[in-house]
Amino acid sequence: MNAKHRKAIFRILPYTILVLIAICFLLPLLWVLVASVDANAMQSLKMPNRITGANYADVMTSPVNQRAYLIGLIMSLGQAVLVVALALLAAYPLSRYQLKFKKSFMLTILFMTSLPITAVMVPVYQLFLSLKLYDNIFGVILFYVASSIPYGIWMLKNFMDSVPNDLEEAAWVDGASVFAGIRKVVAPLMVPGICTVAIFTFSGSWGNFFVPYILLQSPEKFPASLKLYQFFGQYGMVEYGKLAAFSVLYAVPSIVMYVLSQQFMSKGFGLQGGTKG
Amino acid sequence: MSSLAGNVLYKKRKTYTWLYFLIPSIAIMLVFFVYPILLTFFYSFTNLALTGEAAKELKFVGISNYVRMFEDPTVRVSIWNTLVFLIGSAVIGQQVLGFLIALLMKRKNKLFRRVVGTIVLAGWVTPEIVCALCLYSFFGDEGTLNAIVTSFGFTEVAWLFTVPMLTIILANIWHGTAFSMLVFQAALDDVPTEIEEAAVVDGASRWQVLTRITLPYIKDTITTNMMLVTLQTLGVFGLIYAMTGGGPGTSTTTLPIFMYNQAFVNYQLGYGTAISLLLLMIGVVLSLFYIRSMKE
Repeated sequence: MNAKHRKAIFRILPYTILVLIAICFLLPLLWVLVASVDANAMQSLKMPNRITGANYADVMTSPVNQRAYLIGLIMSLGQAVLVVALALLAAYPLSRYQLKFKKSFMLTILFMTSLPITAVMVPVYQLFLSLKLYDNIFGVILFYVASSIPYGIWMLKNFMDSVPNDLEEAAWVDGASVFAGIRKVVAPLMVPGICTVAIFTFSGSWGNFFVPYILLQSPEKFPASLKLYQFFGQYGMVEYGKLAAFSVLYAVPSIVMYVLSQQFMSKGFGLQGGTKG
Repeated sequence: MSSLAGNVLYKKRKTYTWLYFLIPSIAIMLVFFVYPILLTFFYSFTNLALTGEAAKELKFVGISNYVRMFEDPTVRVSIWNTLVFLIGSAVIGQQVLGFLIALLMKRKNKLFRRVVGTIVLAGWVTPEIVCALCLYSFFGDEGTLNAIVTSFGFTEVAWLFTVPMLTIILANIWHGTAFSMLVFQAALDDVPTEIEEAAVVDGASRWQVLTRITLPYIKDTITTNMMLVTLQTLGVFGLIYAMTGGGPGTSTTTLPIFMYNQAFVNYQLGYGTAISLLLLMIGVVLSLFYIRSMKE
């Protein structure tokens, strides 16, 4: 093998490997997409004999599924809003004031963001039983909020550090209260950060299966993730088309959230101009 | 933060408004997050159960849950399975594959990068239960993989029964690799091209550039990413539970699955809690490493 061949191989090899990897990643995904529109879907990937929208129509028109979807949205939206509101408040003193315990507090927060939630679910279940929060949608939201507040505080504190103080002080001079300062000056400048936190907490709970699986019992309170799992257990073996359609519909919010997060992340902050001139 | 030191207006505000602002967050974290962790310690020393005699009266049983845990052969199997799953899917799978993809994609055609990147990302964006369904049907008896295998003239394999651990490892790689890919793409973009080019000029081979320059340069990223990915993988439940349910037998029973089975299938909450404490401890150690790597 001469040098010329070697060079050619080194040029082509990365593409070949990447294409192979991409195919391996694509196949399982392709199945769910194709099966969802196949009138006669099977377990394996195949060309549909007849393309149909019936799977989607069936899944979407079922009131049970609509309910599960709605509950999932309420849970995730409720959590996202609460986390942003509470973390924004907590981030303010952490970002703006010199506090003695700040460094250790922030490290504790960082530590909490990385702990596996799975490990605390058994005691949480016990706690929910004793607090009469078991099988309660609001209870699940509360736990979601608690488990993602460390992440929210960590992110929003760092985002807030990059909002200049001068703007806020100017508002104070003009007679604004601390609250008004946060609401009218700091928060609007942190929109990308707030959206990032909201999007990530939303997707986290929308995709979560274990937490509602442990904390909820009544099928009529199940969010979409649990309903899909239940569907899989009950009809999964026979109705691949509907199962796939449900899966795609359930994945849509996660995909939308991801695309949105890319929007906010690439924008960054256009704050520099705010205090100049 | 240092810019705040000389800040007159902030110093002037002696009101303790900041204290009130922290209260709601701290309260909710204490009740629903810190307290359950403390409860884990407490319950793991009790005979807490959902049914039977023990359900009526909570008793301290000392370290008997722990003794039981160390004598229980299934615990040993679960720890082993967890290790195999962690090393296979997190350390080797996601890390190495994520790095490989990021490395190979460097300076490639933009459209090509976009297409490959999007495909890998799709597995990451997809919720875990959907991942489980996609991979379950892929490895199923009449699934896509068997369709491919038979089209090449080989006989079908019951993947989920003969190599169940491999299927869940591959499923987790499918679901998680994009994260490492993104992390390493960002890290590799930061490696100054001049250094690499200088090494090439000096006669270094591709392999030498990679192992002597690129890898040492992104060493911290590798450590941090390793901790994060391992922590995420440690808590994986839904993916395994929906695909294999921990079976056949106990062949894919990792610690989270075992904990769930003990606490909610056998109703041994005390015992289940002792296992979750073990899981928590592994998590704590890894988290402390992670924080140390972030501090440096």
